[in-house]
Amino acid sequence: MHQVDLSLTKEITKVEGSATLDVIVKKGKVEKCTFGITEFKRFYTQAMRGKPYKTLPSLLARICGTCSNAHLLCSIEACEHALGITPSPQSMVMKKLTMNGLNIRDHALHLYLFALPDMYGKDSFLEFDEKDEEQHQILHDAFEIKAAGNYLSIIIAGRGVHAMYPGIGGFMKVPTPEEVTEAIKKLEHARPAVLRTIELFRKSINTFDRQTHFMALVANPFSYLDGHIISDDGDYINEKDYRDHLEHVVIPYSQASGYTFKGRSFMVGSLARINLSKDTLHDNTKKDATLALSLFPSTNIYHNNLAQAIEILHSFDQSIDLLPSQKFVKEELAKPTKAEGIGIGVVEAPRGTLYHKVTIDRAGKVVEGDIIVPTGQNQINIEVDLKRLIEKMLPENPSEDVLQLELEKLIRAYDPCMSCASHFLTVRISEAQK
Amino acid sequence: MTENKKLRIGWFTFSCCEDSTIIFTELMNEHWEEWKRVLDVRHARVLQTRNVLDELDVAFIEGALATQEHIDKVKEIRSKSKKVVAIGACAVMGLPSAQRNQFDAKRLEEIQPLLARFSHLPKVLKLSDAITVDVAIPGCPMSEKNFMDALAGLLKEFNIV
Repeated sequence: MHQVDLSLTKEITKVEGSATLDVIVKKGKVEKCTFGITEFKRFYTQAMRGKPYKTLPSLLARICGTCSNAHLLCSIEACEHALGITPSPQSMVMKKLTMNGLNIRDHALHLYLFALPDMYGKDSFLEFDEKDEEQHQILHDAFEIKAAGNYLSIIIAGRGVHAMYPGIGGFMKVPTPEEVTEAIKKLEHARPAVLRTIELFRKSINTFDRQTHFMALVANPFSYLDGHIISDDGDYINEKDYRDHLEHVVIPYSQASGYTFKGRSFMVGSLARINLSKDTLHDNTKKDATLALSLFPSTNIYHNNLAQAIEILHSFDQSIDLLPSQKFVKEELAKPTKAEGIGIGVVEAPRGTLYHKVTIDRAGKVVEGDIIVPTGQNQINIEVDLKRLIEKMLPENPSEDVLQLELEKLIRAYDPCMSCASHFLTVRISEAQK
Repeated sequence: MTENKKLRIGWFTFSCCEDSTIIFTELMNEHWEEWKRVLDVRHARVLQTRNVLDELDVAFIEGALATQEHIDKVKEIRSKSKKVVAIGACAVMGLPSAQRNQFDAKRLEEIQPLLARFSHLPKVLKLSDAITVDVAIPGCPMSEKNFMDALAGLLKEFNIV
């Protein structure tokens, strides 16, 4: 039996933002492992109160750079629900395309810039060698996929980050026919690169298997915007019950200090979505990702990466269908049918289910609101898994560097977003107390 | 012009949503081949694990300053960098990260326990409140064009291209 004491302080890299992991290992035993989201808070929940509701979505988009368009659409949906606003069919298509652009761009950033260097023993994606045929292809694939997703976001929503066109009740601007044609061309051209991405992650040997439960917004066809919230063990929540679910399930869970809710923990994000609704993916995605999809449902956390790659393909295939389906004519914004109200928005952000709640008064001011982010929901699972991983590795007497790398890899597989949940993530394995 | 000389840069993030970091990684889609040739990325948590804070030609700094640790860190970066570029609205103007500076008494009272617990500064600062800033690129997120223009100017100034 190894009697390891560990002392290590290092910043976690290649994640979106940061938090603190405190680990104490004493005589080969993990005495403490807390993954604390200790944000230097920017106090959006307080700042939103008293603001005119029309300014709310663009304010709340600033919670997070990378997930910004998910916050934007979730806040728009919450305001629309609060005031009885029904967006047009064209607006719904544009919302779907906005989410597709976001998921393509965000997943590709995570897969290529954050996760892939680990698989090739590199420190940075830019260290990939252009003279090596395989690595050359990977470099070009990565930036082509990201660019296609970013272009889709730009023509539909105005920008890949903090988009300007989506508003409450509709979009301020619609794409030109030339832009639509160009977007389809870019997506079709980059599609083989997406298939290669899926193969890369399908062949990855990284494994961390754990039993957990999964929860996601699920619809047929597959959607980041509509459907019911379901879990793998029978929860089924209709849209009309979102508020109750948010107030009585999600909020208490996210603030819990224990590791389980109702005696169980759950995970949100790509792995949850593909586990729960792989049958509803686009037909072309199912056809061309058959081998990869046969690995789901999966409890291997590293399959979250593969699930993201599959979602990129679905987002491509659905967008290639949706783009030619509309004439994209500028429309009047849909009007409120109520002067005040409470609304819940629920979307599947890249990292999982995102909830916004807003209360609007008769003067059109925000009275109060709540925001529950995916990483807050996954935090407990991450912490439990890190402890298990350390315990599993300790008998092998790993060097601090190896332990650090493996912990970071596992954290990266969850793709946490600390800009949403917090800021300043450092891994601090403190010296064992004597 | 020296064949192999690269611009030694760091990309740092303080209190913000990292939107300009995302724009930076999107600009890479078009410019990565050129940047691999001309940029020596010494420090960028979003891109790599092995980061060194030694002598930098240019530090790009995103975000506002919320704690004394932020101020200490940003001063260290300034002392090791020939040029400092403030990136995005939070670095240039403080907002929206500094929105609590304008909170009314009731809201301040509400957030006080959190400010105390995490040792926040009484007021969130913009970058130029703590250090000298050479170039400011405002925007939420930063303007892509202003960033590319500034980068082109710096590459010229340091005789890289």
